[in-house]
Amino acid sequence: MSQIHLKHIVKKYGDGFPAVNDISLDIADGEFMILVGPSGCGKSTLLRMIVGLEDITSGDMMIDDKRVNDLAPRDRNLSMVFQNYALYPHLTVFENIAFPLRLAKGAHSEDQIRERVNKASAMLELDEHLERKPANLSGGQRQRVAMGRAIVRSADAFLFDEPLSNLDAKLRGQMRTEIARMQRRLGITTVYVTHDQTEAMTLGDRVAVLKKGILQQCASPRELYDQPVNLFVAGFIGSPPMNFLPARVEGTTLKLPFVDVPMTPDLAAKVKGLDIVICGVRPEHLKDASLGDAKIEGGASFSAAVDVTEWLGNEQYAYIPFEADPSVKAKLDELDRELDGEGMRTQMVVNLDARSRIREGDDAQLTFDPALMHVFDPNSGDCLTRDEDKATQLAAESEADRKRALERVRAREAALAG
Amino acid sequence: MESNLSTRDKTWLGISAIPIMLYSIVPILWMLSLSLKPSSDLSDGNFVPSHISWTNYSLILTGGAKDLFLPALANSIVVCLSATVISVVLATFAAYAIARLDFPGKKLILTTALAVSIFPVISLVTPIYNLWRAIGLFDTQIGLIIPYLSLTLPISIWTLSAFFKQIPWEMEQAAQVDGATNWQAFHKVIVPLAAPGVFTTAIISFFIAWNDFVFAISLTSEKARTVPAALAFFTGASQFEQPTGAICAAAVIVTIPVVILVLFFQRRIVAGLTSGAVKG
Repeated sequence: MSQIHLKHIVKKYGDGFPAVNDISLDIADGEFMILVGPSGCGKSTLLRMIVGLEDITSGDMMIDDKRVNDLAPRDRNLSMVFQNYALYPHLTVFENIAFPLRLAKGAHSEDQIRERVNKASAMLELDEHLERKPANLSGGQRQRVAMGRAIVRSADAFLFDEPLSNLDAKLRGQMRTEIARMQRRLGITTVYVTHDQTEAMTLGDRVAVLKKGILQQCASPRELYDQPVNLFVAGFIGSPPMNFLPARVEGTTLKLPFVDVPMTPDLAAKVKGLDIVICGVRPEHLKDASLGDAKIEGGASFSAAVDVTEWLGNEQYAYIPFEADPSVKAKLDELDRELDGEGMRTQMVVNLDARSRIREGDDAQLTFDPALMHVFDPNSGDCLTRDEDKATQLAAESEADRKRALERVRAREAALAG
Repeated sequence: MESNLSTRDKTWLGISAIPIMLYSIVPILWMLSLSLKPSSDLSDGNFVPSHISWTNYSLILTGGAKDLFLPALANSIVVCLSATVISVVLATFAAYAIARLDFPGKKLILTTALAVSIFPVISLVTPIYNLWRAIGLFDTQIGLIIPYLSLTLPISIWTLSAFFKQIPWEMEQAAQVDGATNWQAFHKVIVPLAAPGVFTTAIISFFIAWNDFVFAISLTSEKARTVPAALAFFTGASQFEQPTGAICAAAVIVTIPVVILVLFFQRRIVAGLTSGAVKG
């Protein structure tokens, strides 16, 4: 149980390149914090600085108000699950899990070690594999052994470095819920690194989005989704990703590639001086107008030619190519590259209801609620429609949810103990 | 170990291995055959002895050559085992540092090690001989162990550092996070993982020391003489008789530990201990 505070953490490598640049984060006791970002954003480096495997160039790393910058990993009392698990191949599963306990010489008797390992293995359903060697285990089992090694010790916090990236999709989903369940049950502070936005959204109490070593936004998943601070966060969070459409500002109207949208006076004041802005519309906010139940009041309706459709059973994606205005094309390409994309054609993705009869080549009648649209400054990338009040409210709500969950756990533990 | 060779490839490889095996085994079999022949039959030209005689073996083990051969055998064992143990222990530490740490002069150490190992041994012998005589190391076991280290250390460092480089970094990092000191991480995780490499290195070192002739003949006289040198001092029963049979018998005896070592450690050498360490 502990809090981790990062204060202006900087990591510069030999060539002077800042892999992590002035990051400050407060991770509360029992919180599940996610560090997410595309490859090379510095998230793993940051995690390795917390655990002590990487030197900190400048800034303060505080665990429970104690500065740990100069402590060796073994003195920080953190446990970590590595991306490739790093199991000890010469030891059995039992000995792998018992390893941290055996290192603390004299701290535990043989019986205590046995009891704690058995408890961890029961929680992770590893009981029948205890005498096997890691080489004979499947990927998911190895992953569970790595987690067992992390939970067997009463560490102050868990650190996960992309623990699921080596598993296949089905197992990844299972282990994801398993990690969430375990974290809630143990109520232990957790820092989790991933490049997968689904993992970030589903697991995190709060998610810190990083780009090129700079913290973009740290907020609850809901706030990241509803109130992103900039283009990068908006494009990173959500699957399929948000559509970015260039729009010309003409008076109080935004001229999008397919439709004109009136602006509220508030927004009109903010976009003043800009000829062109980038509008963000989430694929799920675009509806098939021909399905009566999707009627939106004050919705902007338009017709567009669908290029490709993908039917998934529960939903359907439609792709609509468009020509981006050359003045923002460069910006959109750059954004796409930052998001690990290929900078291919500009297209709009629509997440349609599975019942929709729209097929490839059709002219689709689509509608969306302009109030749900985000507007970004193409130069700075800042979100102009972010509602600070709403964001604060979302943050308070998610913090209350988290505290309630944690209290429930503590109450249950107390009931079990008492 | 899985092999993805087809049956046809395997047969072909097997067939082409036969001449190589014959080429290397014939001298050894010949040596064995000579050692089992009585001295009168030595030059009869038969590959298989017409009748087997153990006189050569009794000569070197219990007979006249006993005092020459048995102390030499003891010397060989002590000197080679000491040289092997010392060089493997030192090389393990050195190779670990070379594989894991970035320090100035790392390249220099590796190139120096390589240069030493290709240095002609004969050119070292004369200065060492003079030095050893001056400081009293001539004809002592230590006086042989030290130059043997110069032969075995370079190759040990090279093979072991290659081995350590294959062990994923995460193994030690995981151990450190689990609460291990650098030393604990090294001897509880890295050394067991490197065991096959250490054994391979030990065997190579042992053979180099065991087979050495130049140092052994030059730096010893009576007390510390090893088997390869002692063989040169075998004499026949009369000056007209060659001691070929006795030499061959001694050679067979010194070959035995080598064969045993290889057979005994063969499995450890090839054991793929690291499989399953990381995702794979």
